[in-house]
Amino acid sequence: MAATQVVRSEWTKIRSVASTVWTLSLAAVVTIALGMLISALSKNEFGSMGPRERLSFDPTFVSFAGMTLGQLAMIVFGVLVVSNEYSTGMIRTSLAAVPRRGAFLASKVAVATGLALVVGMATGFAAFFLGQAMLGPQLRTTLDAPGVLRAVVGGGLYMTLIAVFSMGVAVMLRSPMLSLGVLMPFFFLVSNILANVSATRKVGQYLPDQAGSRIMRVLPRVGDDTPYGPWGGLGIMVLWVIAALAGGYALLRRRDA
Amino acid sequence: MIEAVGLTKRYGDKTAVYNLSFQVRPGAVTGFLGPNGSGKSTTMRMILGLDNPSAGTVTIGGHPYGKLPNAPRQVGALLDAKAVHGGRSARNHLLSLAQLSGIPARRVDEVLGVVGLQEVAKRRSKGFSLGMGQRLGIAAALLGDPQVLLFDEPVNGLDPEGILWVRNLMKALAAEGRTVFVSSHLMSEMALTADHLIVIGRGQLLADMSVTDFISANSADFARVRTPGTEPQQREKLTSALTEAGGHVLPEPDGALRVTGLPLPRISDLAHEADVRLWELSPHRASLEEAYMRMTQGAVDYRSTIDQKAGLMQPLPPGAQPPVQVPGQGQPGWYAPPPPQQGGQPFAPPQPPAPGQAPYGGAPQPYGAPGAVNPYAQPVPPAPAQPSAAPAAPAAPAAPENSAPTKSEDAR
Repeated sequence: MAATQVVRSEWTKIRSVASTVWTLSLAAVVTIALGMLISALSKNEFGSMGPRERLSFDPTFVSFAGMTLGQLAMIVFGVLVVSNEYSTGMIRTSLAAVPRRGAFLASKVAVATGLALVVGMATGFAAFFLGQAMLGPQLRTTLDAPGVLRAVVGGGLYMTLIAVFSMGVAVMLRSPMLSLGVLMPFFFLVSNILANVSATRKVGQYLPDQAGSRIMRVLPRVGDDTPYGPWGGLGIMVLWVIAALAGGYALLRRRDA
Repeated sequence: MIEAVGLTKRYGDKTAVYNLSFQVRPGAVTGFLGPNGSGKSTTMRMILGLDNPSAGTVTIGGHPYGKLPNAPRQVGALLDAKAVHGGRSARNHLLSLAQLSGIPARRVDEVLGVVGLQEVAKRRSKGFSLGMGQRLGIAAALLGDPQVLLFDEPVNGLDPEGILWVRNLMKALAAEGRTVFVSSHLMSEMALTADHLIVIGRGQLLADMSVTDFISANSADFARVRTPGTEPQQREKLTSALTEAGGHVLPEPDGALRVTGLPLPRISDLAHEADVRLWELSPHRASLEEAYMRMTQGAVDYRSTIDQKAGLMQPLPPGAQPPVQVPGQGQPGWYAPPPPQQGGQPFAPPQPPAPGQAPYGGAPQPYGAPGAVNPYAQPVPPAPAQPSAAPAAPAAPAAPENSAPTKSEDAR
């Protein structure tokens, strides 16, 4: 069985359910709209900021402020793509048709990742340009400024990797409710708390979203002591994603469908 | 050709399938029978490589399923009709399966026509009835024009026309030389469809033989004997005479006797000697369904008990007798009730016995008429006996109009 056949089949599956369109468009709209709002607020606030804050003001990162909420929709997309198969029982039909489970998982993740990458990149660039427009001529930066293009492309990659990580977790957990119940609070609350409380910062900064979001910063935070750079952080996130997918594959291969 | 050798599946400490060995040959419909939870679906899943056997192997055409080249073109399966994403249209569901094995989209429209779903092909399968879902599952199994077909309970939820269609489809597929393996818990359906039977109970093989062999090996002959309904003591007399002569006597729901172990002339002679008149003495052959039930009754996992209705029972009116216990499921010596055409009325409407009258009726009643007392039914207490009991009213209209018209009207 050619891999292209499985990929084509997965593409038919993903385009023929409404949840794909809803979650991906929600991710884009929330990220862009919230980024614009925070950018507009920052413009008004800038005058009242202290000199330290002004010095480290990062217009690129501000326009990505909507990512904290937008990533949640990406998580839902990643979870639903995988756990739809389990919650409907379709997984048995799928695995009966594709006895090689590795090929099945790889095709499914590849198709969903491709789609997430397209949406993530478009969202990243749109959030950047619209956010800069909101910041106004005084504060805004441009794509050709040092590190900005890297940050914008990194924003798109970050959204994609969050979705892929969710897919891996969903393969392991199977149930959509359980997967969302673990991932949503973790990325919305737990990881932020762990990374900002001084006692747990040493560990928390290695969590996938904390490490991965470093790439969206053009200017490091004041007093930033993270031991990795922008690409190093993204690399750490990629390792998390690989671990999630490997765990999912190991379970899928051994488990009864 | 499907071949299982020593197939065993354990879930924790529960053994779902134990040491199952069988062959499913091409060119015939092989029925796979067993009570609920006997391991039919588990076996089907192991054939398809979805569950890994704890021990033993199962192969299709000599290969384990996972090693089959382009498996969807060789094996088609209907496992669970509801295993479809409800938000996806029927056509897209089949298209995604077709693309997996390089089947052209044209074939999707073909099978949609075969199962009669072309009208709703573009509709989301969420709104499908069980029967429509079953048809969609059959379409998915037919998609690759496979030589080996597996169907798990294909007639569930289908209308009579659909059941007939599935039956003919299975036979046609087998006649084309394909291997057709159909699971069911309905013996009556399998008796009409299958050529060969594999019966399991509690995950173990009970029978592996052709349908005709199964019938001759498992269905025992018996005689139905009926004494005049006006004289219950004659019935007692005959029962003891037949038992003394070595016969095995069981009461039938309509008051007749089921006698095994004695030839018909001998029963007649014994009745004559005991001076008992007979209204009926007829030879019968247990149906395939009864044979199947007798075979699997020791292997039923989920057994119903008699509904005691504790605290819900209406007090019996004075003079009325409680219904006579007839051997039923969950009791020793249980046997299947006779099919309706043999005179039994297992689904007769509830009929209140008149006060002071024996349940088996003093008045002569026509053979098998609606007047026959149904021992399975809860007798409706005659309303006039309890004028104050309002809860009796809802029960009374449920009784057919012709059975007790005056009482029903009184109750209202």
